[in-house]
Amino acid sequence: MHSETRLVLGGLTTLAAATAALVVLPYFTVRDSAAAPGLAPYTATQLRGRTQYISHGCMYCHSQQPRTKAFAPDAKRGWGRATVAGDYAYDDPPLLGTMRTGPDLMNIGARQPSDQWHLGHLYQPRAYVPNSIMPAYPFLFEIRDKAEAGETVVTLPPGFAPEGKVVVARPEALELVSYLKSLDRSYPAVEAATN
Amino acid sequence: MNTLAILMSAFILSIVGLGFFIWSQRSRPASTTTDGSEVIFAKGELGHPESITQSISTAHGPAASDNLELQARVRADASTAQVVFFFYCCAFVWLLVASAAGLTASIKLHSPDWLVSQAWLSFGRIRTIHLNAVAYGWAPMAGLGTALFIIPRLLKTELVGARYALLGAALWNAALVSGLGSLAYGVSDGMEWLEIPWQIDLLFVAGGALVGVPLILTLLQRKVAHLYVSVWYMGCALFWFPILFFVANFPGLHHGVEAATMNWWFGHNVLGLFYTPLALASIYYLLPKLIGRPIQSYNLSLLGFWGLAFFYGQVGGHHLIGGPVPGWLVTLSIVQSMMMILPVAAFTVNQHLTLKGHLSALRHSPTLQFLCLGGLMYTASSLQGSFEALRSMNAVTHFTHYTVAHAHLGLYGFVSMVFFGAIYFVVPRITGRDWPWPRLIAAHFWLAAIGIAIYFVSLTIGGWLQGSAMLDESRGFMESVALTLPYLKGRSVGGALMALGHVVFAAHFARLLIGERRRAQGTASPLKTATGAL
Repeated sequence: MHSETRLVLGGLTTLAAATAALVVLPYFTVRDSAAAPGLAPYTATQLRGRTQYISHGCMYCHSQQPRTKAFAPDAKRGWGRATVAGDYAYDDPPLLGTMRTGPDLMNIGARQPSDQWHLGHLYQPRAYVPNSIMPAYPFLFEIRDKAEAGETVVTLPPGFAPEGKVVVARPEALELVSYLKSLDRSYPAVEAATN
Repeated sequence: MNTLAILMSAFILSIVGLGFFIWSQRSRPASTTTDGSEVIFAKGELGHPESITQSISTAHGPAASDNLELQARVRADASTAQVVFFFYCCAFVWLLVASAAGLTASIKLHSPDWLVSQAWLSFGRIRTIHLNAVAYGWAPMAGLGTALFIIPRLLKTELVGARYALLGAALWNAALVSGLGSLAYGVSDGMEWLEIPWQIDLLFVAGGALVGVPLILTLLQRKVAHLYVSVWYMGCALFWFPILFFVANFPGLHHGVEAATMNWWFGHNVLGLFYTPLALASIYYLLPKLIGRPIQSYNLSLLGFWGLAFFYGQVGGHHLIGGPVPGWLVTLSIVQSMMMILPVAAFTVNQHLTLKGHLSALRHSPTLQFLCLGGLMYTASSLQGSFEALRSMNAVTHFTHYTVAHAHLGLYGFVSMVFFGAIYFVVPRITGRDWPWPRLIAAHFWLAAIGIAIYFVSLTIGGWLQGSAMLDESRGFMESVALTLPYLKGRSVGGALMALGHVVFAAHFARLLIGERRRAQGTASPLKTATGAL
């Protein structure tokens, strides 16, 4: 090869082809997929919780994309139907995830609606799931002698609560749980542009 | 359109496209008598490995070599010495940071109550710090440093405007420090490989552009007619990466599942169109230099290069198999993942034929050991990646540790190994000092090789079992977690060996530098002629 111009133009052409397929076409076809009917926008609290979800890197172990029966028994595990583009209309960025070190969370709000369970599980996962390898998040909580008015006290299974003290959820924990409970795509799917 | 039709048309388009490319880019046959693969050798150099003795005696010896080409090479090395040294120092720092963060994350997966009181040490953050320190610290600093060293040699000229690259590297590292700080503090853009906030990305863009300036200026000053294979890879990589990075991080542009397809277009292309070409370019240059014979086939390297350029860019969609994205996109990516076998085979055959009959050189050259292992792992990880993209295999491996093992085979077994080898080759040539303790190089090699072997085998088996358990609806989800524990511990053992290897590597580098300072403070004795070809 003797010409750097031809080299670089060739290289840019191949990249342009790839970008057209993986970025530009999806930009025009699925970027602005209409929200599925039944999907509500996040509230301000839920959005702050979503920021916590990202901040603590929950998506590195939990996916948000149940797959079809042909792929995996996700529905049988209670993780919900396979998702479509319209299910992510309010997700910026989408948190599809690449690992299932823990279970899929796209419908965790439908599966586990208890605030106390979520708070306690964040404080110490092994209090609820004995062999869990999820990290504990004690820094989302405060341990006090007694709670003040308006604060949320976490009720833990026996043996996991610090003796003579109460575990109080910090606002970050409450927001995160509010987001987790909003994860509910149990309404029927509408076939979008995807198949 | 049905899947078969998409598959066939994507396949035919690819083949026709690739054919057209190679035709349009081929060498004019009458331009040179040789095919260009000998351009990296000076007169009389064929048949001999490039030894450090030669460079140093040409530079400092009283009876300077009368070989003008060798003198030009020494001037090229001198013009890059300072800037390459800076890149490598940064690479060492990030290698150590990334190793510490990676090992911490690994241990946390089987000891989840270890170090939980600090948010920045929690798995989700320290894992991300590990990834970003590798992706934007170690790999680009080592790869760009090597490119800055090799390109002036290949173009037979001096590096023009090295100061821009120095300033660029300073900005880049400042960006990375703030980026990792931001991730530790919990501010993240939320997409894998693109976590660093876009405000900080502006600094990366400025730094990266400044690093590119001297490379373009040098290209325009070239004194060779023929562009060697390594220049294709490095030249294109330096244009590809800024585009990828800029498009991917542009705020407000991407949304919904389109952001997910863009995410993996970026994520896979950082590997395929940035680290991989930088590492392959290093092999294409260093391997022939170390055994003293040109690469076997110019045409195979042409096929290898344009095949990679054409197919690799489109494989990212295989990260979304089974996901809520358009079916045609996933199918296209699967087809192109399989097509990658073509350039990988071309590279592998070429390297094999080049090395044939010269394997004894492996015993004497640690650089060659790293490069050969890296080259082998390129073949292994690429073939594995192609088959992992098939739906049947992907259904098992997709959400498991198997993928993590594969990623490390590529980025460590291949890319990092090649960069280790390149650093062992380059450092004596820019500092004028040979590595003081060759045994430490062997120690580093074996720690890295055995470490990645344990890492890869553990996670591959553990990941496969995990995936199989998840697909079996009669087994509870927790079973898929519990059965991975021994393999996660195995990974920590492998990772610890790798990290130890890096400490040895860095300590050896530090010793080399300290040795030089002592020497410089002493009498003005000429540099002792070092021996041996690294």
